[in-house]
Amino acid sequence: MNTATVSEEEGHEEHHDHGLSDIGYIKVAVLLAILTAVEVATYFFDFGVVEIPSLLILMAVKFQIVVSYFMHLKFDSKVFTYLFLTGLILAMLVFAAMATSMVFWQNPSGCDASAFC
Amino acid sequence: MADTAEAQTSELAYGRTEWDDYHHLPTNTGLTNEKVTMWAFLGSDCLLFGALISTYLLCRNRVGPATKGPTAADLFDIPFTSVSSFVLLMSSLTMVLAVTSIQRAEMERCKLWLLTTASLGSIFIAGQVYEFTGFYREGLGYTTNISSSAFYTLTGFHGVHVSLGIVMLVTMWVLVTRGILGPERAETIEIIGLYWHFVDIVWIVIFAVVYLIP
Repeated sequence: MNTATVSEEEGHEEHHDHGLSDIGYIKVAVLLAILTAVEVATYFFDFGVVEIPSLLILMAVKFQIVVSYFMHLKFDSKVFTYLFLTGLILAMLVFAAMATSMVFWQNPSGCDASAFC
Repeated sequence: MADTAEAQTSELAYGRTEWDDYHHLPTNTGLTNEKVTMWAFLGSDCLLFGALISTYLLCRNRVGPATKGPTAADLFDIPFTSVSSFVLLMSSLTMVLAVTSIQRAEMERCKLWLLTTASLGSIFIAGQVYEFTGFYREGLGYTTNISSSAFYTLTGFHGVHVSLGIVMLVTMWVLVTRGILGPERAETIEIIGLYWHFVDIVWIVIFAVVYLIP
């Protein structure tokens, strides 16, 4: 393995560590725009029972794309992922705790779905 | 050992100060304290927005017996908010392009993308002010009912975050223009970018959960 090869490999590795190229980011943005368009389409067209699950899935996918590529979590240290996930999981626990206190405790017979709608 | 000392002397000769050296000391994790702090802040901010979104979801249809009036969901203009969401989403692209520009030492491009990001953020805020004004004219004030209070608190907090982001972006633009912030400190722009993208992902959740889910 000569010096030039080592240098090329290091450069390649460095590129991966820092994320995508500008064109790569533009492609990601186009994908996000398409997903947003699909989201908005659910307002104009009736998607029936799959409307809410599909909106939640689209939201999660967009969230994941921005965090992974634009915020570089996919390329950065796992420490950042753990820090962020901790906050995210605690936020979900906050929602679960609030749902418990405001729905279940007020209606001991079970969850009153109408409280959310 | 002698090489290291020589390198340090050389760096100091090129204008680096002792404060710079202290500021960039390697850490145990190999990560800069500034970036770790920003991620910890973003993690804690998840809790803030988690609480606000939860409150809205639980109060969205509770107007109360004594406080009638429309709910925010009755007045939503989805096409208008969709355009605002698209604008904020695209500002994330311009932000990441500002980061890659400064990493390549393309200062003019970096300044352009920073200004574009701040402008897109300003358009989003202008849209939010327009939306709130319309809601108020339709009879939905902050204290109209518990649902409106929860809605304005959630979207208002997000708006304040975007506004602070715009202030930070303009500050970065000034620092880059004056030559105070160069490619050697590209991480500063990257950290501001993290905050900006976070504001974007919070809106992704708000747009889907508050506006689109019936």
